[in-house]
Amino acid sequence: MQTIDVADLDYKAINETLREAGSDFIIEGCCGQKFIAAGMSDKNVTINGIPGNALGAYLNNANITVNANAQDAVGDTMNEGKILIHGNIGDAAGYAMRGGKIYVQGNAGYRAGIHMKAYEEKIPVMIIGGCAGSFLGEYQAGGVIIVLGLHKDNKRIVGNFPCTGMHGGKIFLRGNCENIHFPKQVTARCASEGELDEIREYLSEYCSDFCYSVDELLSEPFTVITPDSKNPYKQMYVAN
Amino acid sequence: MKIEGQVRIPSGCAISAVISKDGNKMSGETITNSMKPMHDRSNGLGGGFAGYGIYPEYKDFYAFHMFFDSRDTRKKCEAFLKERFEIVQSEIIPTRKIPAITDEPIIWRYFVAPLNSVLVSLQSEEKEFVAKTIIKINAEMSGAYVFSSGKNMGAFKAVGFPEDVGIFYKLEDYEGYTWTAHGRYPTNTPGWWGGAHPFTLLDYSVVHNGEISSYDANRRFIEMFGYKCTLQTDTEVITYIMDYLLRVQGLTLNESASVIAAPFWSTIAAKTDLDDQKKHTYLRTIFPSLLITGPFSIIFAFDGGLMALNDRLKLRSMVVGEKNDKVYIASEEAAIRTMEPNAENIWSPAGGEPVIVKVKEGAF
Repeated sequence: MQTIDVADLDYKAINETLREAGSDFIIEGCCGQKFIAAGMSDKNVTINGIPGNALGAYLNNANITVNANAQDAVGDTMNEGKILIHGNIGDAAGYAMRGGKIYVQGNAGYRAGIHMKAYEEKIPVMIIGGCAGSFLGEYQAGGVIIVLGLHKDNKRIVGNFPCTGMHGGKIFLRGNCENIHFPKQVTARCASEGELDEIREYLSEYCSDFCYSVDELLSEPFTVITPDSKNPYKQMYVAN
Repeated sequence: MKIEGQVRIPSGCAISAVISKDGNKMSGETITNSMKPMHDRSNGLGGGFAGYGIYPEYKDFYAFHMFFDSRDTRKKCEAFLKERFEIVQSEIIPTRKIPAITDEPIIWRYFVAPLNSVLVSLQSEEKEFVAKTIIKINAEMSGAYVFSSGKNMGAFKAVGFPEDVGIFYKLEDYEGYTWTAHGRYPTNTPGWWGGAHPFTLLDYSVVHNGEISSYDANRRFIEMFGYKCTLQTDTEVITYIMDYLLRVQGLTLNESASVIAAPFWSTIAAKTDLDDQKKHTYLRTIFPSLLITGPFSIIFAFDGGLMALNDRLKLRSMVVGEKNDKVYIASEEAAIRTMEPNAENIWSPAGGEPVIVKVKEGAF
């Protein structure tokens, strides 16, 4: 285990250090440096402080743990690996990710899971413990997004316009979501036992990461949203 | 090689602000440092700051900060000002020679009061007269620009990275209860001294991260009311829109936010609070040309407070944090942590949701 104090280092210097020897790192004093661990494989990185935008972009099978909030575009286009955030994340998390896991204890900003995709055995998974902002799963093409709505303080579990342009993958929202308006090209319904079984493994892992009880999580109904493939590209930005 | 302005560089920009609700003064060093972790969001073609409460000894006078291209222009402009204002103090704005900031214009400030005889003969209200005079100088006097004009506040801007601009203007020597900051990465317009943020009129100032798709529609509308967009960039129109809505039309900050970042019609239709629905319908119907579309996060500051606002689709990042009497706002949490490592209640306002912070009555 190697500890790096990055208070006076820019992102290039940080990533050069990470790429050199060793596989286990603790980063101390992080404050806004972007692209940390971008494209890296076979590393375990723990970050103390606030990592900058595009944390773990193009991640290729490394594990990143952040003991604070993370900024925008966490796991942009990541391919494999796991990013664990003990806090909130900013906008556009998991932008176009095509594999791996992003588990967030707190809330997500706007456009979480925008254009996530999947291919054969590659199925990206994003779990948000709190609430998600507007445009959750915008243009989603594949993969699984789960929002748990824990500690939501009477807020809605997602903001406006969830699933806009969604044409693949699945979104699970804990609760019955009666107060959420979904676009016409998706179907929202109560998740069946079989569908919940599909995500039980992910939820168990999430619960052991953040010390929650999976049975308690599953004691409430989940709403599952899937695209209705007949009409996937209903425009929103033009006819506003 | 094509110069900036002929080519389009897609990019970021950075904003940052701090305000003390108790009116406690802070030097400009903190806000300057907040821009450092966001360095890569700018490209060195513009940085600037606005400080409020910085001129207590001249608090009853309008502080004009000006750029001149030559001594002749300055003399000509001073003659123009003297016919309209009592100038109680005129001086060079102190700057530091540093390699990072070059080609500076002549940078001067004047503390002025409009001549009563002029106001009487024009039958003009004071603020209206001052605003018109500034617009006239910026539009008609070649080589002269008023880039700050409020009472007990001032904007400081330049071509350079914001953290260097703060050092250039010796901001550590000023004490303010509100500071805002901007790092520029110009996309469609030239990087020049007048085009750096903040954009100001009277005590209003705007720093903006984004790009206004509706700029020309907004500009055409606002120019019907005597404003002139002269600074070759989109952001200045926001300042004039806010001046028009708040000072001329008498709207509240919340109402102004509902005009410039109006919700979608579908969002308005879905509102369960019918009074709120009626209000939004009214504002969107009356001021359709002042809806600002395209990505923006702005911090609008004024005498005694500020308002932060995102576009309704929230296409730019913005976070808010607090600690004791202070509220911090920035494009990135890292900037807030630089100002206050132990900031609490970090949150991201929704698109179109204004965050309004005012200094306690009488505290500034």
